Amino acid sequence: MLSFIAQRLAKAVVVLLAIVVFNFMLIRMAPGDPAIVMAGEAGASDQIFVTQLREKFGLDQPLPVQLYRYVKGIATLDLGFSFRQQMPVAQLIAERLPATLLLTVTAFVISLLLGVLFGTLAARFAGTWADTAITILALIFYATPLFWVALMAILLFSVSMEWLPSFGYETVGANYTGFAHVLDVGAHLILPATTMGLFFMATYARMTRASMLEVKRHDFVKTARAKGLRDAVIQRRHVLRNALLPVVTLAGLQAGTLVGGAVLTETVFAWPGIGRLMYEALLQRDYNLLLGVFVVCSAMVLAFNLITDLIYRAVDPRIEFAS
Amino acid sequence: MLKRVLLSLLVASALSTATFAEEPKSGGVINAVIQPEPPGLMVGLVQNGPTQMVAGNIYEGLLRYSPKLEPLPGLAESWSVSEDGKIYTFKLRKGVTWHDNKPFTSADVAFSIDFLKQTHPRARGNLAQLDKVETPDDYTVVFTLKQPFGPFLGIFEVGSLPMIPKHIYEGTDYKTNPANNTPIGTGPFMFKEWQKGSFIRLVKNPNYYIKGLPHLDEIYWHVIPDAAARAVAFETGKVDVLPGGSVENFDVPRLTKLKNVCVTGAGWEFFSPHSWLWLNNRQGPTANKKFRQALMYAIDRNFAKDVIWNGLAKVATGPSASTIKYYTDKVTTYDYDPAKAKALLKEAGYKGEKVRLLPLPYGETWQRWAEAVKQNLQDVGINVEMIATDVPGWNQKVADWDYDIAFTYLYQYGDPALGVGRNYISSQISKGSPFNNVEGYSNPEIDQLFADGATAFPDSKRQDIYLKAQKILTDDVPVAWQLELQFPTITRCTVKNLVTTAIGVNDGFRDAWLDK
Repeated sequence: MLSFIAQRLAKAVVVLLAIVVFNFMLIRMAPGDPAIVMAGEAGASDQIFVTQLREKFGLDQPLPVQLYRYVKGIATLDLGFSFRQQMPVAQLIAERLPATLLLTVTAFVISLLLGVLFGTLAARFAGTWADTAITILALIFYATPLFWVALMAILLFSVSMEWLPSFGYETVGANYTGFAHVLDVGAHLILPATTMGLFFMATYARMTRASMLEVKRHDFVKTARAKGLRDAVIQRRHVLRNALLPVVTLAGLQAGTLVGGAVLTETVFAWPGIGRLMYEALLQRDYNLLLGVFVVCSAMVLAFNLITDLIYRAVDPRIEFAS
Repeated sequence: MLKRVLLSLLVASALSTATFAEEPKSGGVINAVIQPEPPGLMVGLVQNGPTQMVAGNIYEGLLRYSPKLEPLPGLAESWSVSEDGKIYTFKLRKGVTWHDNKPFTSADVAFSIDFLKQTHPRARGNLAQLDKVETPDDYTVVFTLKQPFGPFLGIFEVGSLPMIPKHIYEGTDYKTNPANNTPIGTGPFMFKEWQKGSFIRLVKNPNYYIKGLPHLDEIYWHVIPDAAARAVAFETGKVDVLPGGSVENFDVPRLTKLKNVCVTGAGWEFFSPHSWLWLNNRQGPTANKKFRQALMYAIDRNFAKDVIWNGLAKVATGPSASTIKYYTDKVTTYDYDPAKAKALLKEAGYKGEKVRLLPLPYGETWQRWAEAVKQNLQDVGINVEMIATDVPGWNQKVADWDYDIAFTYLYQYGDPALGVGRNYISSQISKGSPFNNVEGYSNPEIDQLFADGATAFPDSKRQDIYLKAQKILTDDVPVAWQLELQFPTITRCTVKNLVTTAIGVNDGFRDAWLDK
């Protein structure tokens, strides 16, 4: 097993390097650079100003030199300096990470729990009105644009009912502490986490339903029935456990993207996370910040892929690691 | 030396009488919206709109300006101009301190000039005629110009020429000075806290040099990236102030109909945002003057004003906004007339060549406006292709002259020498900036008029020169002027006295108070 992990880590380093180089080149292919964006924002720039910015950011150097400097920085865990935010990239990402993780992990848990629950129910009552209702709901949440669901949720729960706050991470200026602070953050979290969770919930529900119906047809389920096991035990121990494999794959993929945040959700709800940081960095051509977020996200995806493989082993004893 | 002392205190007191009709109340917190999040608050180093809006509370300039663009006392309490228009003497207020309690003196003014010449592109241009700065005593500053520069008294507002603390920046690398993150100014509010991505908090300066000001205890600037979410935040009472441009135009009528909501288009007189279509004068159909004139007749600007901008605009008559100095409407005008446009297109020999239209990627209002213009142009037979970009892409394409028609709007800064000439004189034809003479218009007569206008003295001479320039430009149509924009500031009606000068919200919340 250790050899398997070591091999995967070595491959991950190569993949990460390839991602860095690819993203570095890709970003620079987009029209406009940070100097011209910042000059634009200044409203009355001159050539001296643009030249000063390019020198300051190292953009006056040839592209291979810029790439070499960046990769060298990454090798020493230095993600560089944000042109626009005037701060080290690592510090910016670290500042936004807690808010992002709180949102995405909550959404992840909501989506996984509800998705598996509804998927199981739909499979258990396949062909009935309950199955139809769950399938239609799942389709609606899957097909509706997330920002629209977010805006409708704000209109309903913030504007009309005045139950929940519409933006931010906490009530600014309230200076809550202790449990009151937890409640306050929780109240701000409900709308964005649920909105984001509903989309993935639909995916998990559909996946769980399809997978369970597939597993149900297998001989070992018939054998279990023939042995006289109770239906609940068959569903839980034999069907669900086997049906969860593709769900675990999907969850692993989603978990890898948790650090990247959720651009749309964070933007609509003014949630101060990494997704928003990435979106703003893109609009401002803040190369180092954008690359920094990409590097961290890529590393997380690679790490979670590895973890998913390890979980496979635990969920399905038939799977063995290749030596 | 005959001194023409400009006792603008009279103007200020008249203004004060009008705006302080109600007795101000002290205390309270205002929640406002800021978007996008500023990259920094040190306004000497960063000149974008959001920085100026927040930093206008922290920093100050030597002068402020009335809605009619008359200079008002700021950190300077009085000023005089020599007979030949080359020497400006400012008397500074006594008893002014920086937020760290160090005194503000003439040495800070002289230092600020040097600082801004290095870091502030607009100040660098405005100070091009400055020969030397002298500080005969702690409270007197003498500016000597190489030659008269008509708009000189108009360059001292906080965003254009903010005062920088010498004791903090002298001998340091300005761009990496740690004080950039905890800005120190002389303004009515002090920087307290910035949670990136969430809010910026300013608190009252208890040692402000005007007794009784500011009235408010704190200001929170909330960073809310989505325009619809900003509208909801106002609607649900979480924010009290939506500065101009915070919400999409189609939301403005709905929000202003809410209970206890007030709206004003005032506070933009200094900036005078003026919109037009860049027309590439170098190549393609837009290089032909008759084609450009046809565009002016083809576009229904009243429709854009009434429908796209909900009436919050005025149809532009030429290169100058009606709010800035030396404006005239006695120029060639272009009413909506598709038949005339078609006739001019025929005269121009237009054969249906494709014309690329670049919308301004600033949100839904601008997108709708571009679609309306595209329809107008297609109605008279122009073959239009809309090119989609984001902001950096737009900047790059315009700066590289890679367009045929491109939407834009620019500030005019109160005087044609500061914010108009740069778009029409041939010395400003230079790739790399989307704000100079991007269209490539070149006319020696216009070059001479703007050169003369900047240095003519007294004002009556400038007036004649700029009237002539406006007439020539409206005949030549180097760009297609569209609307004088009014970005409405929307507030709760309990927020009083917020907009008192030509700089509006960007001039800080010094006089604002809450009627609660």
